[in-house]
Amino acid sequence: MVNTGEKTVVIRNLVKKFGDFTAVDNISFDVSKGEIFGFLGANGAGKTTAMRILCCLSHPTSGEGTVAGLDILTEQEKIKKRIGYMSQKFSLYPDLKVWENIELFGGIYGLTDKQIAQKTESMLKALSMENTRDMFVRDMPLGWKQKLAFSIAMVHDPQIVFLDEPTGGVDPVTRRNFWELIYEAASKGVTVFVTTHYMDEAEYCDRVSVMVDGRIEALGSPAELKKQYNASDMDGVFTKIAGRAERE
Amino acid sequence: MLDSTAIKIEGICKAYKDTLALQDINLSIRQGEIFGLIGPDGAGKTSLFRILTTLTLADKGRASVNGRDVVEDMADIRRTIGYMPGHFALYQDLSVEENLNFYATVFGTTVEANYATIKDIYCQIEKFKDRRARDLSGGMKQKLALCCALVHKPEVLFLDEPTTGVDAVSRREFWAMLARIKESGVTIMVSTPYMDEARLCDRIGLILGGRIIDKGTPEEIISRYPDRLYAVRDENMFRILAALRPVEGVLRCSSFGCECHLALAEGGPSGEEILSVLSAAGIEGCSIEKIRPGIEDCFIRLS
Repeated sequence: MVNTGEKTVVIRNLVKKFGDFTAVDNISFDVSKGEIFGFLGANGAGKTTAMRILCCLSHPTSGEGTVAGLDILTEQEKIKKRIGYMSQKFSLYPDLKVWENIELFGGIYGLTDKQIAQKTESMLKALSMENTRDMFVRDMPLGWKQKLAFSIAMVHDPQIVFLDEPTGGVDPVTRRNFWELIYEAASKGVTVFVTTHYMDEAEYCDRVSVMVDGRIEALGSPAELKKQYNASDMDGVFTKIAGRAERE
Repeated sequence: MLDSTAIKIEGICKAYKDTLALQDINLSIRQGEIFGLIGPDGAGKTSLFRILTTLTLADKGRASVNGRDVVEDMADIRRTIGYMPGHFALYQDLSVEENLNFYATVFGTTVEANYATIKDIYCQIEKFKDRRARDLSGGMKQKLALCCALVHKPEVLFLDEPTTGVDAVSRREFWAMLARIKESGVTIMVSTPYMDEARLCDRIGLILGGRIIDKGTPEEIISRYPDRLYAVRDENMFRILAALRPVEGVLRCSSFGCECHLALAEGGPSGEEILSVLSAAGIEGCSIEKIRPGIEDCFIRLS
C-alpha cells in the first residue's frame, strides 16, 4: 500500500550530460513506499540514462537524491544491495537450473548459505515450482520464467524494484498475470519503478511520469493526467505529451 | 495481377530439436495488402519470415512468393523481395549514404534509379547522410533499414517486428509510412507483438505456439467472438479481478487499462447481476457496459 509519508526515491535537479548533449535535463520527483511508479517516455527521451543513475550504474553530472534512504552520490554500493532489477531482455541464466539461478543471485547479493537455502525453499513454494527446481531455465514457459525472474529480483528483500520493460513482446495473458504479481508486491510495501511501452499498463500505475527531451513533462496519477490532457486513456495522454518531442 | 495471391503458405512445419516452431501453417496473402502476423515472442513469427525470405528451409510444406517457390526459385525471390529483420542488420561502420549505396549495388541498381520509392522516408534522414549507422538514434536506424529494404523496389516487403520496443508515438509514425508504401503497390507482410496494430492491417493472422489460431480481416475475427463482453470500471482494478474470477458464468476476466473486460457465458449472469455481486463483496460505485471486443480480447479467448 502506498505510504506517501515515506519516500523511497527522492530526486532533485538531476542532470546528466554526455559531451554537449544533455540526456537528462534537470528532473525532480519523489516515489513513495509501496507505490507503483510508471516511468514513461519516447525512445531517446532519457529514461534509461535516468534509471541507470537511480540504480547507481552511472553518476549524474549534477543534482542530488536518495534511493532507499541512501545518497546516490556517495552511497552507491550500499544502494545496490537494497534495490532489485529486472528486464525482459536480461534476467536469468538460461543454462542454469532454477535452483542454481536462485543460488547465484542470492550469492551476488551477499546472502549467507543458510539464507539462500531458506529463500530457495520459500520461493519455490510460493511459485509452486518445488517439482521443477532442477529444470533448466531455457526449457521453462515464458510465464514461469517471468515469475521466477521477478522473485529473483527480490531475493534480497529490496525496498524498491526497477522493472525495465518487463513485459515487452509477452503474450496478452502472461503480460496481465505479471501485472498481478507487481500489484501483489506493491501491496506488501515494495516500491515498484517500471518502464513500459504498453499504454494500458500505464493505467495500472499509482502515478506516472512522462519524459520528453530529457525533462519530466508530466507527472501525476493516470486519472489526473487524463483530466489535465483531456484524454480518454493514457495512450491519448502520451500522444499529446510525447508528440511534442523535438530531439530524436 | 489485381486480387491475386502474393504469398502462398501451405502446410509449413518447422522444428528445432524438440521444439515445434511452426505447426501446419496455411496462409494466403493478397497482392498489395498489408498482412499482419500478430503474436508474442516465441510464437514462430521469425521462423516463418525466415522460410519465406529463403533464409531457412521448412521441414514440411510449401510456400511461394509471387508464384516463385521458396526452394526452387530461391535466387529469384531474393532479388524481388525486401526484408527487414527484427535486429538492426546494417553495417554500423558505414555511413547512412554508404549503406544505402551498398544495398543498391548488391541488387544491381542505384539509389537514383529508385529514388521515388524511398524519397518519402529518406528525406527524413538525409541530413544525417554522412553519419555512421552506429551513431544514429533508434528511430533513424529504423528509417535507414527501411530505405535499404526498399532501395531495389521490391515487389514484396517483409518486416519482422519493426515496432518492437518502439514508443507509442513512433509506432504510429511508422505505420503511417507503411500505409504510404502500400499505396505504391508493394505487398507488405509485417509481424508484431502489439495487438493494437491489428486494425492498421488489411488482414491478419494470430499466431501462438507455432499455430495460426485465427485469420481474416480484423473485423471478421472480431465478429466471430462468441461471448458477451462487458467493460467494468472501478478505481481499483485488482480487487474487481479477484472478486469476479470465481463467479459462475464468468469465462474470463482481464485487465484492459482502466477497464476490466469481462466475458460472460450465454445464459450466465447479466450486467446488473455482476454489479450486485460486486456490491455484495463490498465494492460499490463501479460502472458496467456492454462492449464490442477488440483483437486482444479475441487473442486472449483463443490462447
